[in-house]
Amino acid sequence: MTMANWTRRALWAGVAAAALAATPALAQKTKLTVYTALENDQLDPFKKAFEADNPTIEIAWVRDSTGVVAAKLMAEKDNPRADIIWGLAASNVGLMASQGMLEPYTPAGAAALKPLFRSGKTPDTWVGMDAYLSVVCFNTAEAAKAKKPKPESWADLAKPDYKDSIVMPNPASSGTGYLTVAAWLHVMGEEAGWKFMDALHQNIAQYIHSGSAPCVQAAKGERLIGIGLDTRGASEKTKGAPLELIVPKEGLGWELEATAIVKGTKNLAAAKKLADWATTKKANELYAKTYPIVALAGVANAPPNYPADIEKAMVKIDVEWMAKNRDRILAEWTKRYDGKSAPKK
Amino acid sequence: MSLAAAGPLKAATVRPSREDVAMRLGVVALAAILLTMVGLPLWALLAKGFQDHEGRFVGLANYAAYFATPALFNSALNSFEVAAISTLIVVPLAFLYAYALTRAVLPARWLFQGISLIPIFAPSLLPGIALIYLFGTQGFFKALVGGQIYGMKGIVIAQVFYCFPHAVLILTTALRTADARLYEAADALGASKLRVFLTVTLPGAKYGVISAAMVVFTLVITDFGVAKVIGGNFNVLATDVYKQVIGQQNFSMGAVVGMVLLLPAALAFTVDRLVQRRQVALLTARAVPLVPKPKLARDAFFTVFCVVVSVGILSIIGMAAWGSLIKYWPYNLSLTWANYRFEAFDANGWDSYFNSIRMALWAATAGTVLVFVGAWLTEKTRGFGAMRGVVQLLAFLPMAVPGLVLGLGYIFFFNAPSNPLNFLYATMAILVINTVGHFYTVGHLTATTALKQIDPEFEAVSASLKVPVWRTFLRVTVPICLPVILDIAIYLFVNAMTTVSSVIFLYSPDTKLASVAALNIEEAGTTAAAAALCVVIVLTSAAVKGLHLLADRFLFDRLQAWRRR
Repeated sequence: MTMANWTRRALWAGVAAAALAATPALAQKTKLTVYTALENDQLDPFKKAFEADNPTIEIAWVRDSTGVVAAKLMAEKDNPRADIIWGLAASNVGLMASQGMLEPYTPAGAAALKPLFRSGKTPDTWVGMDAYLSVVCFNTAEAAKAKKPKPESWADLAKPDYKDSIVMPNPASSGTGYLTVAAWLHVMGEEAGWKFMDALHQNIAQYIHSGSAPCVQAAKGERLIGIGLDTRGASEKTKGAPLELIVPKEGLGWELEATAIVKGTKNLAAAKKLADWATTKKANELYAKTYPIVALAGVANAPPNYPADIEKAMVKIDVEWMAKNRDRILAEWTKRYDGKSAPKK
Repeated sequence: MSLAAAGPLKAATVRPSREDVAMRLGVVALAAILLTMVGLPLWALLAKGFQDHEGRFVGLANYAAYFATPALFNSALNSFEVAAISTLIVVPLAFLYAYALTRAVLPARWLFQGISLIPIFAPSLLPGIALIYLFGTQGFFKALVGGQIYGMKGIVIAQVFYCFPHAVLILTTALRTADARLYEAADALGASKLRVFLTVTLPGAKYGVISAAMVVFTLVITDFGVAKVIGGNFNVLATDVYKQVIGQQNFSMGAVVGMVLLLPAALAFTVDRLVQRRQVALLTARAVPLVPKPKLARDAFFTVFCVVVSVGILSIIGMAAWGSLIKYWPYNLSLTWANYRFEAFDANGWDSYFNSIRMALWAATAGTVLVFVGAWLTEKTRGFGAMRGVVQLLAFLPMAVPGLVLGLGYIFFFNAPSNPLNFLYATMAILVINTVGHFYTVGHLTATTALKQIDPEFEAVSASLKVPVWRTFLRVTVPICLPVILDIAIYLFVNAMTTVSSVIFLYSPDTKLASVAALNIEEAGTTAAAAALCVVIVLTSAAVKGLHLLADRFLFDRLQAWRRR
C-alpha cells in the first residue's frame, strides 16, 4: 500500500466518522406531536419555554377546540397519532384513561401538586394543570340601559327580571355547559336543581354550542348575561368590554385541564420529559398567566380583571361522579329543555 | 335519442369493441376511486351506528334509542322545514338570475355573473357573522327583522345567501345551451311568450331546475355551520350530529343521525334518476346557439332584478368587511388594520392562508380532471348500466353527507393500521382527496348536464370515421365543454378555500388551513379577526374568478366562436 493511498483512505475515514458523528446530533431532535385545546395565544410561549429547557425536543402542536380534539383522539384510538396531550379537559382525558388509551406515568413533580389535580391512580394516568370555572358575565352598559339589577346568586338569575336575556352553553354540546349543570344539581340537590333550571329556562335566550361564546356574547351586548368560561370573560373585559364577572354565592362549577401520555407513543422518553416539565414551577407560572387557579400550590398570579379569591368558590364536586352521571343528566336535560320539545310558557 | 345514434349503440352491446372495454375499465377504476374517497370512509363511520361504545355489534339498538327521543322528530321536522323554505326561495330566484344572465341583454353581464358567485367564495362563518352585525341585538337594521335574527329566520336568510351560487351555477349551465332554431320556429309559428317559455325554455332547463332544487335541499339539510352560528335554539339534524360527535364524542349516535341525514339524499337521487331518463340532447350537431337580442322592457326588468339581488349579496359581504376593520364592536367603532395581523390571533398566522392556496390549487387541477373524465366515462360508455349506476350513486353521495361525518370517517378509514393508504394520513394529499370527494357532486352534475346536451351523433360520426373515442373526447368534447370545465375547476378551488367541517379533523401541524383558522379565531371570541380572514379568503377567490372571467371574455370567445353563426 502506497503512502498516498493510505492517506487518502485515512482522509475518507475521517470524513465518514465526522458524518457519523454529525448524523445523530441532527436526528436527536425528537418531534413530539402534542394534542391540545389550549388557547391559541398560549401555544407559542409554552413551546418556547419547554424547548429552551429541552433543546433536543421539538413540539408540533395539533390544536383545536376541546370537542374536536377529543373526537379526534377517540377516533384515532386504534392507531394513535398523538404522543402526548397537554391541555385538554380532565373529563375527556379521564374517559380515555378508563378505555386504556393512556400510558400511566407519574411525572417527577407530581407529588408537589394539589391533590385535586391528580388522577388518584398509581402511577398517575393524568395530572391536572389548571382549573377553569363557569361564571356569570354581566354586561353593565346594557344593564344600565335596560335598568336591570345586578344578580348576586344563581337563584337571582331565575327571577322574571331577566326574561330571555341569558345565554348559557348547551350541556349536550359543551363541556362547560355540562359542568355548570352538574354543579347546580350537586349544590342544590337533584330535585331543587331541576326546579331551578325549570325557572331559569324561562330566562334563557339561547343554549349555545360553545363554552366561551356566552361571555363573548355578553361582552358584545348581544345578550345581557352570559353563563360561561371565566377566562374568556376576563379577556373580553381586558379588551374593553363593559363586563363584570360575578361569582354567585352558591359556588361555581369547574373543570381541569390535564396532561397525559398517549399509549403507544413512539417517543415515550420525550413525552415523559414534557410530562415532567408540565408539573414544574415554570410551567405553572405560565398556566397562571391565563388561569387563576393552577396545580402547584403557591403559584398565584390572577390574570387581569379576574374576580379575587375565586378558588374558595369552587364547589366540592367529585369529577368521577360527574363522569358517571353524564349520560343520565344529559338525557334528562335534553328531554326538558332542548329546543321546541320544551315550549316556553 | 335519435334513431341514427341508436343503431350502432345496439350493435355495440352485442360485442363490445376494444374501445368499449377500455372505457368500461375506466368506469371500474372510477368506481374504485370514488369508493376510496367517499364510500369506504363513510361506511367506516356509519358502521359505528350498529356498535356500542366498546365496538360490540348491537344491531339496531342505537336506532331504537334515538327514535325513542322526541327530539329527533322535531329536528327532522325543523330540518325539512328550513330546507323546503330555502329551496322554494333560492330556486326561483336563481332561475330568474340565470335566465337574466343567459337570455337577456344585460349591461356588464360579466359583473352580475361574478357577483352571483361571491357567496360561494365565503366561508359559511361569514354570513353568520355579517347577519349578527346587521340584524343581531346590536345590529344596524335589527328593526327590519323584528329584533330576533337567531332561529329559523336567520338560518333561512343565511342559507339563501349561501346556496344561491350553487343553484345559479347549475341553472346557468342548463339555460346556456339552447338551440336557437326552436325559438325561431316558435316565433315563426306565432307562439306567445308564455307558451314559448312553458314549452321550450322550461322543458329544456327542467333537468337543471330539478338538480338545483335537489342540491339546495341537501346542502341546507347537511350544513351545520350556519345553524350553529345563527340557529339559536332551533334544532336541526346537522346540529344534532354536532352535539353527538363534538359535544359528547358519541360516534355511535352521530352515525345514527348521519344515516338519517342520508334519507333525503336517497330521495333526491331517485328523483334525479327518474328525470334524467327523459332528458334529451339539446345541442344537436345541427344546433344553433341562442344569442339573445336586445329587448328594452325585458332587459330593463332583468337589469333591475339583478341589481337588487347583487346589492343584497354585496351588503352582506360589505358588512363583514367593515366589521373586520372595527376595533371592538359595538362599543368602539373606530377603525383599525390590526385584525389582519393574523399571527396575533393564531399561531400559524398567514401560513394557513398559503396552505389553503396550495390545497385549493391541487383540488382544482386534480379534482377537475377526475370529475370531468369521470362524468364523460359515465355518460359515454355504452352499456354497462349497473356499474354506471354505482358510479352515479357514489358521485351523488358526498353532497348528502355532513362534513363532520365524512371527516371522522376519513380518520377511521385512512388511519386504520391495516389500510395500505394510511401513509396519506396527516398529509396535504388527504386534505385534497377529502375536499375533492366532499364537493364531487356539483361538479359531476354540472359536467353531466353539459355532456348530456352534446348530441351523441358526434360520437357516432367519429365512430363511423374510425376516429378513436379519446380523440373525439380531446378534440370535440373538451373544447365544447371548456367553459364548463373551468367552472368546475373554479368551483373546486373556492370550496377548497372555504371548507371547514370535514378537514377540521384531518389537518396536521404543517397543513392547517385558513378556513379552519378563521373558525378557531372566531371561537376565541375575536370576531373581527375571523371576519378579516374570511374577507381575505373571499378576495382571493374573487380574484381567481376575475381571472377566469377575463380568460372567458378574451380567450375562449375564440374557442367558442364556432357556435355562432
